[in-house]
Amino acid sequence: MSKVMVVTSGKGGVGKTTSSASLGAALAQSGQNVVLIDFDVGLRNLDLVMGAERRVVFDLVNVVQGDAKLPQALIRDKRIETLSLLPASQTRDKDALTEDGVQKVIEELREKFDWIICDSPAGIEKGAQLAMRFADMAVVVTNPEVSSVRDSDRIIGMLDSKTLRAENGDNFEKHLLLTRYSAARAARGEMLNVKDVLEILAIPLLGIVPESPDVLNASNLGCPVTLHNPESVAAKAYLEAARRLCGEKLEVVEPVERKSLMGRLFGRKAAMA
Amino acid sequence: MSVFSFFTRTRSAPVARDRLQILLAHERALSGRADLAAILREEILAVIAKHVSIDPEKVNVKLERGDHVSTLEVNVEMLDLAKVGAE
Repeated sequence: MSKVMVVTSGKGGVGKTTSSASLGAALAQSGQNVVLIDFDVGLRNLDLVMGAERRVVFDLVNVVQGDAKLPQALIRDKRIETLSLLPASQTRDKDALTEDGVQKVIEELREKFDWIICDSPAGIEKGAQLAMRFADMAVVVTNPEVSSVRDSDRIIGMLDSKTLRAENGDNFEKHLLLTRYSAARAARGEMLNVKDVLEILAIPLLGIVPESPDVLNASNLGCPVTLHNPESVAAKAYLEAARRLCGEKLEVVEPVERKSLMGRLFGRKAAMA
Repeated sequence: MSVFSFFTRTRSAPVARDRLQILLAHERALSGRADLAAILREEILAVIAKHVSIDPEKVNVKLERGDHVSTLEVNVEMLDLAKVGAE
């Protein structure tokens, strides 16, 4: 049974694309067939984060408009053979997508893949609505910061009203992925903590990804962090989140930041675990 | 930053949490009828226009949300009320 999962947030820059790439790679690393769809028509970036920017020939808009067949547009990952990417168009805008066209593409992908991950554009307009429209479930990416939490709340409301599942009266499964989290700052009361965000948004927690230099490093290299540095804290968080998506009951452990004595004195992070 | 301020560092996260809780309680209540002020403006104007001719540009509708009560303020400038009265 295939699952269509939208990765969304409302606000931009919170880590939707990074999280789509990392969760997709983590699921594929466990042997499942995964396809990532970039819905950010006009501002595509999933190809770049996945290191496939030079292999894009056809894109989602070409397939929706019938200018290319779906298999021609899919880019198979060179490192994980069960991972594919359907890039967005860079030269068109979101109006080039139609609801019927997107539905057809997703139905066709359902036959071949276990997971269809829709990387949503920021905002609440057409692009974001089409990314969530045919989803079975959602990962809501949120930073522990007021504007991100507010926008996530808005997006949760839309998932419960604008998706096909919601319109049919079915329950829509939603998971919270808290990214760029700093346990030390939350402990000092300088940043919303996990409990605060969970209390406000009231959806189940899928994972906590700590703020980590490994994430930027991985996107610099065009390789999902779960593949590039699987031992890093961020990668471990994504790998565990992927296992939870598959139904494993793994407790979410709040990350702790350890500081050396010198680090404490000079306020520098010496190590993170 | 003085040495003293290091010990009395402000904890801003609880403020963020409280502000969000109040704001989202309002926003969730209004979702689906986000343009409440616009709808009220339209309908109130239609009623007034039945009896008095008004300039739609000279209408001011303000919806103010407070912690416990919200207030709706409608200011309508009626130029030709004298004429109406004379009829």
